[in-house]
Amino acid sequence: MQKTRYAAAAVAAVAALTLSACGGGDSAESEGGESGGEMVRIGIKFDQPGLGYDEGGTYSGFDVDVAKYVANELGFGEDQIEFVEAPSANRENLLSNNQVDMIFATYSITDTRKETVDFGGPYFVAGQDLLVPTDSDITGPEDLEGKNLCSVTGSTSAQKIKDQYPGVQLVEQPGYAECVTAMGGGQIDAVTTDDIILAGLAAQEANAGKFKVVGNTFSEENYGVGLPKGSTERCEEVNAAITKMIEDGAWEEAITSNTEGADYEFNADLNPPTPAPCA
Amino acid sequence: MENYLSLFETYDVPAAFWVNIQLSFWAAIFALVIGTVLALFRISPIPSLQWFGAAYVNIFRNTPLTIILAFGFLGLFSVMQISLASDLNASLFRIAILGLALYHAAFVCEAIRSGVNTVPLGQAEAARAIGLSFLPAARLIILPQAFRGAIAPLGNVLIALIKNSTVAAAGSVATESSGLMKTMIEFRSDLVVPIFLTFALGFVILVIPIGLLTTWASRRLAVAR
Repeated sequence: MQKTRYAAAAVAAVAALTLSACGGGDSAESEGGESGGEMVRIGIKFDQPGLGYDEGGTYSGFDVDVAKYVANELGFGEDQIEFVEAPSANRENLLSNNQVDMIFATYSITDTRKETVDFGGPYFVAGQDLLVPTDSDITGPEDLEGKNLCSVTGSTSAQKIKDQYPGVQLVEQPGYAECVTAMGGGQIDAVTTDDIILAGLAAQEANAGKFKVVGNTFSEENYGVGLPKGSTERCEEVNAAITKMIEDGAWEEAITSNTEGADYEFNADLNPPTPAPCA
Repeated sequence: MENYLSLFETYDVPAAFWVNIQLSFWAAIFALVIGTVLALFRISPIPSLQWFGAAYVNIFRNTPLTIILAFGFLGLFSVMQISLASDLNASLFRIAILGLALYHAAFVCEAIRSGVNTVPLGQAEAARAIGLSFLPAARLIILPQAFRGAIAPLGNVLIALIKNSTVAAAGSVATESSGLMKTMIEFRSDLVVPIFLTFALGFVILVIPIGLLTTWASRRLAVAR
């Protein structure tokens, strides 16, 4: 008796879910997708202030702003976006396993990556730079000889330093926050990665006025929108959205508002970029 | 396949595992020494030492290793500016060993205490009866038997230590295998799965002999009663 009652309850529950799913589909169109409408899953960083940052359930940063704009152009309202954390090492897997639809996470376009994923954009051209204490006299990578430099384990920036500036004492940490904390303590002379990431770190409230971005970039990183392999059509749409965002001024506004207080200017020779044609 | 083999030309995988072996080796030695002292504290007749041993074990056993190693970098190195060597990376390497040793000492202590429990009470009573005080009794009678009974659990601690040595990346030893794995994935995202399997296999190769050896030794050396 007990068992049949549970079974009946389960059937009823399943039926209710099915019905509400149908209802959700209908209401999505009429109410602008309040709930149950089609969702888009976007991978972002959760730990990079100024780019992709999780502030307890709400997300802020330049990557997030571009993602919202592009999603809006593709027909997804802000409440239809589900942000998913996309750590650097997982980005290709998230896309190829279809766990996210797009990735906006300081994702540099490289030939190796193009073998497994497609890229829209670029929507920003960053360059490797240095973050130093405000009173430091370091002006570029040449001044780093014998100094302690911090970057993130396994990052492109860390590898570049190892290859090109072997005289630098490189400390590798799991995240940039640890690097900046250590620099605040005085044991680290500089932190290196892409300039816009550094600007985001410097613009954090806790670091306000303590650090400056040197502004002498020594690499070129094209930030693209990661898409699953074979999504040429989606890529065209994304590129059109990025072009529109740059043209109507929202792009520049997003950069300025997210790096406010960091005394940072993006490289105007390379920015804003023109999205590359989709393969 | 050629693609995969080219990985080994660009990246020195054995060297990364060698760093893990070095970390594990030194951490194991220090953990064994500290853990034995702690076990002595815990079985000693002096309440304050018993209390200290128990407090140490409970604090370190219940703190995540990542936090201990991150504290080594952020707390000891950055804020307190303690350095254990003149060279920056050597210093961080030693701080990582210190963190690994302090953490695993708690587990070594408990493994040895479990070994002590295999020694019948009569052994301790007999030791006292022939006039040995606590330390000589522990050194000559209890601990030799306890170690022989604790080989299998100590082997488990060593296996855990070898695998946990990858957490040293949190303490800035980026040359070890998980750090190299991150680098390889960053640059060769087309080969994520083979890279991952390579490192998994590397650890299996390191760890399985230790498991076999300790099982064999624990059978062989167990005190027949």
